[in-house]
Amino acid sequence: MSRIGVFICHCGENISRTVDVERVAAQVGKLPGVAFSTDYKYMCSDPGQNLLKKAIQEQKLSHIVVAACSPRMHERTFRKAVEAAGLNPFLCEMANIREHCSWVHEDKEEATAKAIEIVGMMVERVKKNRVLPTITVPVTKRSLVIGGGIAGIQAALDIADCGHEVILVEREPSIGGHMAQLSETFPTLDCSQCIMTPKMVDVANHPKITLYTWSEVELVEGYIGNFQVTIRRKARSVDEDKCTGCGVCMEKCPIKKIPNKFDCNLGMRPAIYVPFPQAVPNTPVIDRANCTKFKTGKCGLCQKVCGPGAIDYEQEDTLVVEPVGAIVVATGFDLYTIDEKPKGSAIKGYGEFGHGKIPDVIDGMTFERLASASGPTGGKILRPSDGKEPKQIVFIQCIGSRAREKGISYCSKVCCMYTAKHTMLYHHKVHDGQAYVFFMDARTPGKNYDEFWRRSIEEEEAVYIRGMVSRLYQKGDKIVVMGSDIAVGVQVEIEADMVVLATAVQPQKGADSLAQKLGISYDKYNFYSEAHAKLRPVECATAGIYLAGACQGPKDIPDAVSQASAAAAKVMTLFAKDKLEREPIVARVKEGGCVGCFACKKVCAYGAVEEKEIRDRQGNLIKVVAYVNPGVCGGCGTCQATCPSKSVELDGYTDEQIVAMIEAL
Amino acid sequence: MHPEKPKHDFEPKIIAFVCTWCTYAGADLAGTSRMQYPPNVRVLKFPCTGRIDPVFILKAFQQGADGVLVSGCHPGDCHYIAGNFHARRRFAAFRKLLEFVGVDLNRLQFSWVSAAEGGKWVEVVTELTEKVRSMGPMVEFKELALEEQWSGAIDTPELKEAYEQI
Ligand SMILES: Cc1cc2nc3c(=O)[nH]c(=O)nc-3n(C[C@H](O)[C@H](O)[C@H](O)COP(=O)(O)OP(=O)(O)OC[C@H]3O[C@@H](n4cnc5c(N)ncnc54)[C@H](O)[C@@H]3O)c2cc1C
Ligand code: SF4
Ligand code: SF4
Ligand code: FES
Repeated sequence: MSRIGVFICHCGENISRTVDVERVAAQVGKLPGVAFSTDYKYMCSDPGQNLLKKAIQEQKLSHIVVAACSPRMHERTFRKAVEAAGLNPFLCEMANIREHCSWVHEDKEEATAKAIEIVGMMVERVKKNRVLPTITVPVTKRSLVIGGGIAGIQAALDIADCGHEVILVEREPSIGGHMAQLSETFPTLDCSQCIMTPKMVDVANHPKITLYTWSEVELVEGYIGNFQVTIRRKARSVDEDKCTGCGVCMEKCPIKKIPNKFDCNLGMRPAIYVPFPQAVPNTPVIDRANCTKFKTGKCGLCQKVCGPGAIDYEQEDTLVVEPVGAIVVATGFDLYTIDEKPKGSAIKGYGEFGHGKIPDVIDGMTFERLASASGPTGGKILRPSDGKEPKQIVFIQCIGSRAREKGISYCSKVCCMYTAKHTMLYHHKVHDGQAYVFFMDARTPGKNYDEFWRRSIEEEEAVYIRGMVSRLYQKGDKIVVMGSDIAVGVQVEIEADMVVLATAVQPQKGADSLAQKLGISYDKYNFYSEAHAKLRPVECATAGIYLAGACQGPKDIPDAVSQASAAAAKVMTLFAKDKLEREPIVARVKEGGCVGCFACKKVCAYGAVEEKEIRDRQGNLIKVVAYVNPGVCGGCGTCQATCPSKSVELDGYTDEQIVAMIEAL
Repeated sequence: MHPEKPKHDFEPKIIAFVCTWCTYAGADLAGTSRMQYPPNVRVLKFPCTGRIDPVFILKAFQQGADGVLVSGCHPGDCHYIAGNFHARRRFAAFRKLLEFVGVDLNRLQFSWVSAAEGGKWVEVVTELTEKVRSMGPMVEFKELALEEQWSGAIDTPELKEAYEQI
């Protein structure tokens, strides 16, 4: 038999002004199971809590109801007090008679009657409360960072600098991401390579960072504090330990004319290559699809010239398994390609802008490579078609972005700023040239951003035309751009030598399949979703997984870096403890009743439901049932309301507890 | 002095099933803002609307509730990512069923009230209370429960045939 103690708080006069607290105490004192009932001026104060503790011990109370303010206010306080008195904290409930009663009613009679019912409901509920143990899980203090762009690099460095091991996985042959491709960066116009490459080198030299490039995450198992990650290290055909990075192989490789993706296909590379000279690591990979040795069995020149004997044609993919406690996802973005519509994508093409058809219509990243001192033209702005310097250049913003009817309704955030930057870089390099920009709006919030944009107009003489381009076509060696200037209400026609399209920022290809491996959620565009848009912007709803950079949404470098450091701080917060404690409000499966339909698994947004085999003593499979991993379960209870056989139960919110409350009415 | 409150012959019982994160917090805000609303509602707190089993709604009507309110986070704002989407789908089907068994759907209300919408909570609760008050006490379900026990007459040829087959 339960011995319930009920404590009615006056909250100064906040409750007692409209609720007759003595009458409530007297009334609920008569309820079956209630052994002790009293009222007090301030329950949450020290004397109030002592009163509670003393009563528990003297009256041998088994369950507690504190009728006071909202549990959102003081549930923790009272559960702690109850625990200090030797009871399990989850045997204490609060009845909200302030926010839900005394403050919202004026009639004392009505409010008192309501308070009695509210407390009565909680008395019936608490009878069904069970002892819940605190759940603790161990924490492996190593972390995985996926993606080696600026965001991944920053997160890896921050975590490693705190003394924790980091595994950094990058799928390209080198880390660096898009920032390594940029020429100069807004809003300061400092050279991207100059600020980026030292960080890349820091990563390579850091004793706490293990770098796996040319690698991908294959499988993620486990949960917060305890993940097991399988990483596929793709065959490089070059032994990383032996290679000194001298580059002789690349010089001697007879295949020279393979378009280099890093240079947006403007420059060429050999079949054995590093994507760019400052690559980290500086170990080449053999592009097997284009290597003569792999295609015909002949050649093998690179092996002959390699001094340390690092070339290994027999190398195979290897799988490594790394235990980690936290994961930072920093897989960045890709640019929307206008010529080819991605397979299965709901996004419609932009064929009308001639991208992929007219050689001198390029995208913003290609312009970055042209403007880059280490790029294919050595930093000269030259047309891809004939190598001439364009004297009239047209930039068109919002290609793909903010066009709901085409499938992307968001703003890509960086294009206004980088287009302004492009007009400046162009003006610095082609003094007698003229830049035009077609734009819908200029969106320049950010420190020194609007000033930067204005400079492109006021000092660098870019002509901004507010309006969209309606038609664009090749005429001789010119590109005719027709559009409207809606500010003045006239049609404009420009004969341009080159056109640069500010194409939309999209998530990396394959972002969705990585999300499925990780069990994290993503939006309709495949950007990864944060746990809360405002208050938990770097955490995934899946515990132990954090987000950094443009994989979560379009971002510039300062934003990507801030988010990366924030994600690292979250990882460190997790690693500050040896064991993880969590509220035991988690779902539990009653295996006897479970029919193995896995309806719960389908609705669980946390991926907490696993399949568990039940076998008899001989090891024969009897049935497969659901198992809820308490480390992963978020505690929403959706599974319970979904389970057709009522075999999964959310601790703290069982059917018994809820029905008891309803029946108390 | 407060204006004299009108006395009603019938005070309906309203039960509200709400999620902790949004609607419960919204109701708390109504309290901290000292807004006033009729005292007819009793609030049952759930972690998420996803936890709310339609059986609870039936149970509430059986226990004498005259109106039931289910309220949680706005679509897309669920603290547990998608619990309210599952709840919405579940309740869409459940409403049909209730309609089928003859419960006036005006007695059952769904709403999204965020933690910032103390005012909306007051509106929703007040409107539902007034609506249900004008509808009078809920009797359909109690009658139905009786009917179920008595199990009804087998008075049509179709029923007879079905009965024979069992
Ligand atoms: C044309 C252009 C100009 C820009 N100019 C500026 C500027 O001047 N100033 C500024 O602040 N910002 C600028 N930006 C924005 C800037 O490029 C981004 O903010 C920044 O690159 C984002 O970094 P990130 O690390 O999030 O992503 P990324 O740079 O895209 O890096 C992601 C990394 O993850 C890797 N990866 C992807 N998927 C996987 C996977 N499944 N497994 C392993 N690795 C994976 C990728 O290979 C890549 O290395 C510009 C952008 C564009 C398009
Ligand atoms: S417990 Fe709540 S109601 Fe009581 S004094 Fe403290 S704040 Fe006020
Ligand atoms: S309570 Fe929610 S998070 Fe936990 S297993 Fe059930 S559906 Fe998943
Ligand atoms: S938490 Fe409010 S509806 Fe899910």
